Amino acid sequence: MLEEVLVTVRANPHIDPVLTVWTWEIPAYLFMGGLTAGIMLFASLMVLRGKEEDFPFVARKLPLWAPIALSVGMLFLFLDLSHKAYVWRFYTAFQPASPMSWGSWILLLVYPVSILLAACTLREGYPWLGRLVDRFRAGTAIIDFACRHRAAVAQWGVVLAVFLGFYTGILLSAFSARPFWNTGFLAPLFLISGMSAAAAVVLLGTRNEYERQTFTRIDIVLITVKIALIALLLVNLATGSRVQIEASQMVFGGDFAIPFWVFFVIPGLMVPLVLEYLELKGQRRAWMMISPVLALYGGYMLRHLTVDLGQTSSYVSYVNTFDPALLELLR
Amino acid sequence: MIRYAMVIDTQLCIGCGDCVVACKTENKLPAGLNRDWVVEATRGRYPDLTTEFRSERCNHCSHATCVHACPTGASHLWKDTNIVLVEASKCTGCKACIAACPYDARLIMSPDGYVDKCTFCHHRVETGQDPACVSSCPTHCMHFGVLNDPNSAVSRLLATRQQKVLLEETGNQPNVYYLT
Repeated sequence: MLEEVLVTVRANPHIDPVLTVWTWEIPAYLFMGGLTAGIMLFASLMVLRGKEEDFPFVARKLPLWAPIALSVGMLFLFLDLSHKAYVWRFYTAFQPASPMSWGSWILLLVYPVSILLAACTLREGYPWLGRLVDRFRAGTAIIDFACRHRAAVAQWGVVLAVFLGFYTGILLSAFSARPFWNTGFLAPLFLISGMSAAAAVVLLGTRNEYERQTFTRIDIVLITVKIALIALLLVNLATGSRVQIEASQMVFGGDFAIPFWVFFVIPGLMVPLVLEYLELKGQRRAWMMISPVLALYGGYMLRHLTVDLGQTSSYVSYVNTFDPALLELLR
Repeated sequence: MIRYAMVIDTQLCIGCGDCVVACKTENKLPAGLNRDWVVEATRGRYPDLTTEFRSERCNHCSHATCVHACPTGASHLWKDTNIVLVEASKCTGCKACIAACPYDARLIMSPDGYVDKCTFCHHRVETGQDPACVSSCPTHCMHFGVLNDPNSAVSRLLATRQQKVLLEETGNQPNVYYLT
């Protein structure tokens, strides 16, 4: 038996008794980053494969949502910072060993490419917005530039989308101090999850039957791959070192078991998978708006639970006898 | 690189917590925040128990994962040493370094929001003094010095006594040693 008790006060906020430095903002940022990656990937592939006529929503309307999702995601990232006035410091240094530094510079590249990807589709996808942008000479110039270099922009879009999707996973998996995160499966898992979220947005937005059918098929494949990657991630952890085995056990028992299975795996993965399969078979058509909403919910929950599980899994497990509530009694 | 180390004799430590008080006083830490702490580790099965007191803090690792994780360079090594410091004016409060530390040795400074940690009292080291925790220890169980010098007190203790470091398996190469 080994019991390690803190005999002096240690109640550093957000560090003790368990790490809670990242709450909803970082999962939301990772979700938006993944969604952006998925949108850019689908939109770019449509351009490169010349399938714009078959997939009108993806080709004309979806791209605009990439810079919007990215902006909202970056707002969430900003909200998370505890020393906000110094946010500009991200762009006064490049630290090659820091995934977060890579991420901040990748985002700086993703932004213009996502805007250019959206610009060329504005006049067709959102005519009122296209007219508004066309009122400004610079706006017209950007749209014309984007349309002239459409293929090149789409090629960059594919590369940066994969980088961005992987980055959202590597950001966590690079932390060797947090056993639940320290697995290479997070990068492909978060990329696939981002693509699944983007497919869900397509299912919510499209009015084209062929597009809906195809993206329902795509989402079924993506959710299946996601389930396989989560299973492999857990196997990877369960066959790892002592701390990783303990981390994997958190989803099979304890405080995380119910959130993981009841609030994530069943409603966020299994139910949308079954519903989308039924839709493909022509059944339960009235439910077809439910599955993409659940798939989006599952995408967020995946990141929320991963962030929480990672922070809870730790190398140290001190028993902290200090109760901050007792201090209040002395005041 | 000058490698500073702290050597703590667990045979002498009585867990009084003077090191914790000295740190708070020297570094004027706000209420509720601590850069160091004392752990009482009990091993065995009643009545065959052994107890060990350990004064813990940042390990100023030779492979400092917190420094690697920092996106802005706010977490850095002091001069050409292994002493890990945070430059508040470069810190965005992204908290990546906190997640990267397997010892949970970092904290968020209140109310400012930048990340703070043990500095090995580098402002005292600069003038040839020991860190405040080492100076204040009533049982003289704590020692501080340069590992590169084979004749320093810390090198001699490590050469002649059984020792351990915490969480060696993380590969962080910590520089706080415990004599057992």
